[in-house]
Amino acid sequence: MTGFGHIVRRDLELALRRANDTIAVVLFFVLAIVLFPLGVGPELSLLARIAAGTIWVAALLAAMLSLDRLFQADFEDGSLDLLVLAPVPLELVVLAKCLAHWLTTGVPLIVVAPLLAVLMNMDWRGFATLEIAMLLGTPVLSLIGAIGAALTVGARRGGVLVPLLVLPLMTPVLIFGVSAVEASLTGLGPRPHLMILGGMLLGALFLSPWAAAAGLRLALE
Amino acid sequence: MTGEAAHSAGEDLACIRGERLLFEHLSFALGPGEALMLTGANGSGKTSFLRLVAGLLRPAAGRILWRGRAIGDDIEAYHSAVHFAGHLDAVKPVLTVAENVGFWSRLRAGDGAQVPTALAHFGLAALAEMPARFLSAGQRRRVGLARLLAAPAALWLLDEPTVSLDSGAVAALETAIADHRRQGGLVIAATHAALALPDAQTLAFGTDVSP
Repeated sequence: MTGFGHIVRRDLELALRRANDTIAVVLFFVLAIVLFPLGVGPELSLLARIAAGTIWVAALLAAMLSLDRLFQADFEDGSLDLLVLAPVPLELVVLAKCLAHWLTTGVPLIVVAPLLAVLMNMDWRGFATLEIAMLLGTPVLSLIGAIGAALTVGARRGGVLVPLLVLPLMTPVLIFGVSAVEASLTGLGPRPHLMILGGMLLGALFLSPWAAAAGLRLALE
Repeated sequence: MTGEAAHSAGEDLACIRGERLLFEHLSFALGPGEALMLTGANGSGKTSFLRLVAGLLRPAAGRILWRGRAIGDDIEAYHSAVHFAGHLDAVKPVLTVAENVGFWSRLRAGDGAQVPTALAHFGLAALAEMPARFLSAGQRRRVGLARLLAAPAALWLLDEPTVSLDSGAVAALETAIADHRRQGGLVIAATHAALALPDAQTLAFGTDVSP
């Protein structure tokens, strides 16, 4: 197994032993959406209309909730120094940590999303598109979030800064994620929107490890 | 330690932290088996010097050489030849002692074959399956030091390695360093306490290089 695999395995192991973090993210996601019908009233047609939007907004905020711990925990106990000094390119270390972050926060969100879509009375024709869009979109949230997390490592109250830094970069994911679902409901076909999401994923896969690694090097100076 | 002999050097190094000049015109050269002891008061720049040599900080002036080449030329090859043991032990409380050491060993050396010997050397064999959150400060420090033995590296950078260690663990560290030097390894250590480093060069850091 390569260094990349070792880091992914370690982060998954750590997340498994501290399952609270993952549970908190999923719980936030579920609660935020469960509250919506209570807030806007139980009118089924209204809920169906806002279903995709609320699910995506909640997913985006839930993903952000866990971002400030992405590098901060390793920074605080000295592991980050050693990861930078490991004979593995720092960009790969970042990518490994993003993958582990997505597996422990993005994937659980994708799993519970259909249940919440039922709750929001979403038309069943949108389910498959919602899942595919989230499959493409949530890794982008982890990757872009890593840039913000790397830039705020070591900053006190960095958790407040991360959303400000990364939200503007994440809004395209939200816009195309929602419009993919809407397009499939109106019969226009979600393909173009999903392709744009896929393009964002490829771009983020390529660019954000470099940006985040540069941010980490600066933070450790 | 394959190929050419290990050789570490710094030329005319200067370091500025927070607009304060910590040191300048600092040079050193270490050959195989040699050790360098850093002495000086708190805040005189010993830790910054170690981070500089590790490549975590960039020097304000001067350069650091490894086997005669600037470390930036092939930073990954350099990193695989360097062990850094800083103030923080990089020990994850939810992992066991063996898992903590095993991760760094596999990340650096590919297999965890040396983990049991490394743990035994620092008297941690009986604690191997214990989650690290139950360890005392001294035991955590020993877990941090066990990483040095769990994967081979030619240059050891040790920042106050004896903090919170008992006399038995200090002796174990001294034997580990002596064995490492006998095999041609290099050691740079910053320490206040008595750590026996026979025939070590010393580098004294002043407190006030500039007001």
